[in-house]
Amino acid sequence: MRKLLKHRILWPIGALLALVLLNAVSRPSFLSITVRDGELYGSLIDILRNSAPLMLVALGMTLVIATRGIDLSVGAQMAISGAVALTIISDSKTPGSLGTVAVAILAGVAITFIFGLWNGFLVSVVGIQPIIATLVLMLAGRGIALLITGGFITTITSAPYAQMSQGYLIGFPFAFFVSLGAILVISLVVRRTALGVLTESVGINPEASRLAGVRSRGIVWSVYGVSGLLAGVAGILYSSNIMAADANNAGINIELDAILAVVLGGTSLAGGKFTLAGTVVGVFIIQTLTSTITFLGVPPAVTPVFKALVVIVVCLAQSRRVREWLSRIRPTRTPTTTTTTPVVERIPA
Amino acid sequence: MDVDPVVQVIGASVRFAGDIALDGVDFRMFAGEVHSLMGENGAGKSTLIKAMTGALRLDAGAVLLEGRDVDLSTPAAAQRAGISTVYQEIDLLPNLSVAENIMLGREPRRLGFIDWRRTREAAGQALSALGIDIDPASMLSSHRLATQQLIAIARAISTDVKVLVLDEPTSSLDQDEVDELFRVIRRLKSRGVAILFVSHFLEQVYEICDRITVLRNGVLVGEYVTTELLRLDLVQKMLGKATFDLEQMTTRAPSATPAAAREVKVSAQGISRRNDMLPTDLDIYEGELLGLAGLLGSGRTELARLLTGIDSLDGGRLMIDGVPRRFHEPRQALRHGIAYSSENRKSEGIIAQLSVRENITLALQAERGWFKPIPRNRQDELSASWIEALDIRPADPDRLAGLLSGGNQQKVLLARLLAVAPRLLVLDEPTRGIDVGAKVEIQRLVSELAIDGMTIVFISAELEEVLRISHRVIVLRDREIVAQFDPDEITIETLLTIVAKAEDGT
Repeated sequence: MRKLLKHRILWPIGALLALVLLNAVSRPSFLSITVRDGELYGSLIDILRNSAPLMLVALGMTLVIATRGIDLSVGAQMAISGAVALTIISDSKTPGSLGTVAVAILAGVAITFIFGLWNGFLVSVVGIQPIIATLVLMLAGRGIALLITGGFITTITSAPYAQMSQGYLIGFPFAFFVSLGAILVISLVVRRTALGVLTESVGINPEASRLAGVRSRGIVWSVYGVSGLLAGVAGILYSSNIMAADANNAGINIELDAILAVVLGGTSLAGGKFTLAGTVVGVFIIQTLTSTITFLGVPPAVTPVFKALVVIVVCLAQSRRVREWLSRIRPTRTPTTTTTTPVVERIPA
Repeated sequence: MDVDPVVQVIGASVRFAGDIALDGVDFRMFAGEVHSLMGENGAGKSTLIKAMTGALRLDAGAVLLEGRDVDLSTPAAAQRAGISTVYQEIDLLPNLSVAENIMLGREPRRLGFIDWRRTREAAGQALSALGIDIDPASMLSSHRLATQQLIAIARAISTDVKVLVLDEPTSSLDQDEVDELFRVIRRLKSRGVAILFVSHFLEQVYEICDRITVLRNGVLVGEYVTTELLRLDLVQKMLGKATFDLEQMTTRAPSATPAAAREVKVSAQGISRRNDMLPTDLDIYEGELLGLAGLLGSGRTELARLLTGIDSLDGGRLMIDGVPRRFHEPRQALRHGIAYSSENRKSEGIIAQLSVRENITLALQAERGWFKPIPRNRQDELSASWIEALDIRPADPDRLAGLLSGGNQQKVLLARLLAVAPRLLVLDEPTRGIDVGAKVEIQRLVSELAIDGMTIVFISAELEEVLRISHRVIVLRDREIVAQFDPDEITIETLLTIVAKAEDGT
């Protein structure tokens, strides 16, 4: 089983390395990291920083997808948390004080956590299909954000708030630590408690899990809460980057990128078994790809085509049928050796 | 026989990652016969069927259809060649009409569009050829499971079928429905179709089959004419144990405590549920093995689900150890030591993509809650000890549970429930669809648990089994309890007449 898991994550890692290699060849400066005033700069560092919002959202999405669900509202929730935080800061008399910023961030994240729980309530208690339940907030969320900001794009000046996404800590971008922290906390919670296996159990077979005494409802409910909470933090990072609460553009289409990252990482949309490590790799693939496309000078409007190409390649590589087909067109066609073992053997150790 | 067989399998071998599933097996079927393929789980029955129906490739050997080597590389190719299959789990689409299901993928077309009138006509013909009188335009989901099974057969034979494979077709049918199915099978047989009937019910095999081929551990044991093969011999050939211990099968656990001194463990007082159960009283005594007999739909499963909190009560109340309790979730019943093992092992039992270890520890983990994970070494100990105690094979705790045979999945499910040390264990058809060897093991295990003082409710469609191991037998019919017996004072024939009592009251 462990071999299989390693095996499955190998393809996304390969894709990521190929992308990095492509960049390194086409622009040698890609790999270079410079130190200025004890802070690291370079394309790779940019990727670490810019991937943070997607990382947070994708981690939550992984858990939601593991329960056979989907959360379409994450982008809208990012807009809400940014709107709440910036409205608090701009209304405050001391926008630059650490206390104000802390209150603003906590309030923004708390609100999306509540919205996440609302999603979870609709799915686990009321029994609405996840795609519909979260579609409600996906559509309404940006309206709610606009209501909070009074229909304007709220802009602020606040040094501590800017620190969230633009600042540095021991040489690395602060946002990187936020995503690293989320990865560590979620991995620990999922694998050190029984939540991981129970979530998988519910995702694979909800009824059998119920009969075994698993609190399926609580699990489904809480993953949406977690997803909302993480989307809230992502919204803080996003608004801190532009120092504005842009309800129409914050986290736009991020739910699709997040789903993509989860699938690229090897978690099935059918629910059940999930891999957080795969999702992390998936996020880096998408972020590197975005950075590559920008560098190549491709107009942003065409970006989705490139993403689609990468998705096709990675998904094809993960498809069992394609791999069987590939192994069949190889010349070795002696009947006694056409088992599944050669596929595994071809993987380098 | 001097006629040529319609299907001939020669030297079939299949390997799965080193395990030999089939080893040089020869097999043949003649036109107009009903043939049974018998063997324990893992004997290679399904592998052989898959090879014949295009679901799997042979590593060596050949399948000849009417003496010719035909393309059987995919199920569609096999179907074109004249080999159709009806699987155990009915693979029809409930949201489509009967006609659409029967003609799916082969709809008559006009100008590229489906000709619905002719589609319905063709479907109607396929149904009437089998003597089934239903409206082809009706929704599939509006029909009973048994009728759906017949529709699946109608679909299979609406092409020019030479060989029809029926994989466990009777596992969820009651006696009338089985009779109906057999009538259809006989009709097809008279039309010259070769029918492969795979079933665990010896009774039915002996009723309908002309010849029997026995496999064991991927090897051919032999081909026999049904009338010349004694049942005991058949079972012995399947199990491969020369001295099949029938004595051990017949033992019943002595009750732990004398009947008079028993305390009431669970008392159901007028419990009912709309459409499922009429108001019912039932006392279950501490340490007894209570057998529930009845046909499918008699209320046997429904009663079990009400007792264990799977379904909630509409009326009445449950007393556990003399205290009234209300269960809304199975979790609450489990907390009071009441565990239910579902008759639907796949959909309500096993978590297929989790390992055996994770499956065994699931209920215990659920009881402990999210934040008290069972330490890994404790999990290993637990699963290893249950694998050993129940003889789960292969003895690999990291194997995915879905890859195990039916009997072993049942044992994993039992282990999961036993791990929480229940005081009342309700087993709903734990022996259904598993091979004879595993069946005997499960029966023995249930008896042993009863000897150890566990209170057990045992449900089975096989009356003989209920009668053999229970301390007390309750018969359900039409959603209520109709009779109660001491199994020593009743014969299987009498029990059968009570279970299947006809409307005319005879």
